[in-house]
Amino acid sequence: MEIENKVVEDVPHDKKEASKVLASEYQFGFVSDVESESFAKGLDEEVVKKISAIKGEPDFIRDFRLKAFATWKKMQEPTWAAVDYPPIDFQDISYYSAPKKRPKVDSLEEVDPELLRTFERLGIPLTEQKRLTGVAVEAVFDSITVGNTHQKELEDLGIIFCSFSEAVKKHPELIKKYLGMVIPMSDNFYAALNSAVFSDGSFCYIPKGVTCPIDLSTYFRINASETGQFERTLVVADEGSSVNYLEGCTAPMRDENQLHAAVVELVALEGATINYSTVQNWYSGDKDGKGGIYNFVTKRGLCKEPNSKISWTQVEAGAAITWKYPSVILRGDNSIGEFYSVALTNKKMQADTGTKMIHSGKNTRSKIVSKGISADDSKNVYRGLVKIGPGAENARNFTQCDSLLVKDKCSAITYPNIEVKNNSVILEHEATTSKISEEQIFYLQSRGISLEQGVSLLINGFCKEIFQKLPLEFSVEAVKLLELKLESSVG
Amino acid sequence: MLTIKNLHAEINGKPVLNGIDLELKPGEVHAVMGPNGAGKSSLSKVIAGHPFYEVTKGEVEYEVNFKKRKLLEMEVDERAREGVFMSFQYPLEIPGVSNLEFLRTAFNAICKHQGAPEMDVFDFSDFVAEKRKMLGISEDLLERDINVDFSGGEKKKNEILQMAVLSPKVAFLDETDSGLDVDSLKTIADGISKVRAKDNIIVLITHYHRILAYLSPDYVHIFKDGKITKTGNKDLAFRIEQEGYKDF
Repeated sequence: MEIENKVVEDVPHDKKEASKVLASEYQFGFVSDVESESFAKGLDEEVVKKISAIKGEPDFIRDFRLKAFATWKKMQEPTWAAVDYPPIDFQDISYYSAPKKRPKVDSLEEVDPELLRTFERLGIPLTEQKRLTGVAVEAVFDSITVGNTHQKELEDLGIIFCSFSEAVKKHPELIKKYLGMVIPMSDNFYAALNSAVFSDGSFCYIPKGVTCPIDLSTYFRINASETGQFERTLVVADEGSSVNYLEGCTAPMRDENQLHAAVVELVALEGATINYSTVQNWYSGDKDGKGGIYNFVTKRGLCKEPNSKISWTQVEAGAAITWKYPSVILRGDNSIGEFYSVALTNKKMQADTGTKMIHSGKNTRSKIVSKGISADDSKNVYRGLVKIGPGAENARNFTQCDSLLVKDKCSAITYPNIEVKNNSVILEHEATTSKISEEQIFYLQSRGISLEQGVSLLINGFCKEIFQKLPLEFSVEAVKLLELKLESSVG
Repeated sequence: MLTIKNLHAEINGKPVLNGIDLELKPGEVHAVMGPNGAGKSSLSKVIAGHPFYEVTKGEVEYEVNFKKRKLLEMEVDERAREGVFMSFQYPLEIPGVSNLEFLRTAFNAICKHQGAPEMDVFDFSDFVAEKRKMLGISEDLLERDINVDFSGGEKKKNEILQMAVLSPKVAFLDETDSGLDVDSLKTIADGISKVRAKDNIIVLITHYHRILAYLSPDYVHIFKDGKITKTGNKDLAFRIEQEGYKDF
């Protein structure tokens, strides 16, 4: 498993330029293919030890894994989510697979034309199309890549941005201090599993008072079939620092591993701000839902100290099953938590997603804006919890849940839970459900607007609050991604 | 010029048009009258290309810019870009999309299609402001989501605003005068007559002669059972108002 941490220009003036940056980066990354072994299927203590040994980890990480494994063994797979799938045999999975050689093809002409059409529509550059589909690309080394230039700039500011494995070796004191601080290994079944067997991931540390000058982005550099099944991300923003962090991409991601259980922990110290944006488009299976990814993710941020802020923005457009609740624990007084989400489901997709805002500090504020779009036979659930502890004087929450239905067979369900243990708080909740009908599309078309543009207007209108929160380049791609996904359902 | 020849259409297997022949020439105003369920609205929807209707027989020839096209073979949006317009009897509400953005997207789609330069936000605002004032539409209506929480009258005015902005070659106005108070009716009729030009065609589908008094149609057609049973001048409309449809 190889992840490359890379950096993208803050707001590129020109999208093509940004694409060029990405493309060149991949060429750079392409040569560092590593061959190594894969484990036989099955999970026991020996496997956990072996993973740790292969990665040459210090004892504290090995112990963390072993403890997590012992915890996991005692846990039950959760069944409360409103998703339906056959039981997973956890002994039928290989828990360590080294990067595999992809099946190579000679040119794009040999690739599924439907996939190419998707790429084209998303504006994915040719080099990257080749990369994603496994076309052999001649590796070219640029003596100075844009990525390297930025890496230098980051180093000068004291920002650490590297793979998780590297961080374990180079910055064990930070890992020791923060690993599991927000999501303890016993948090839930999948987090425990991840803690035992995590493959790799990213680590980011922003030192005191530093505003990260560029958006940091983890972008899987190797084809989807080799991305991590059990990824681990840790972002720490020290006092008075701030960072924008981007994860994922709009290109359809395929993976032989059906089960994905990632863990993302964010820690914001006094006065720090973390904006974490995700665009996710895992393969959601064929029209019957076969072969899609199960995405069971635990994401949580801790506003550990006063005046800190954590904001999650997500566009979820893929995976057969999504089980994901990016949350914020508002412990520091005056801290702010935000959750902006668009979850689109079509075909047979099932998404059970939402957030938890746990207020324990005084004057803490949270805002939740969730937009669910369901089409075809899909099921889209918002599940939220706003919890106000006894000490959270004057806490406030605003929650807005909007659902958009495309045609008749899909469903949208919201479960907004509230627990309040303090009388000084103000909570607001708004919810709407609307429907895209053929009549609406006809109305727009009868004014000269194409189907494509019409869907775009409707989607943009519905999601504009969320798209505004994404970095420009990400937001343009996200809009296109949703349009593309919905066109077949509407037209 | 729009020539409708022996047009038959059905919806959900039920025939609604049973052989319509109609020739519409540039500069003409036609009124279509008839009892409920006679096929008046169906005709305008079939011309606009509504997906629920199936044409079973006949054809529609559309001549624009010296080109003859088979209208029924064109997509809904292409018909609109070529100058076909229909004002909806029940305009749709579209939450989340601002009226102004909708108008500008439609306007620019048509400009682009016709090879004219597209307008930016600022020029377009000025352009719309002029049309809006003509129809007595408040500025705030442009900022609001399309037809959401509009009054009945506002919705109708909004339809005519769209017509004024898109300046179509053929406009089917489906009961634009229904449910309007006297003042609104006059404003809308004034608006329509300002859009009326030597080279465009207006078809008014209506139950009342009131709007016809303002717009004085060249022809009045009476629809019954999906057919035109009589065509006359505007006096016909007055006769119907008094005597009803039983003799047609």
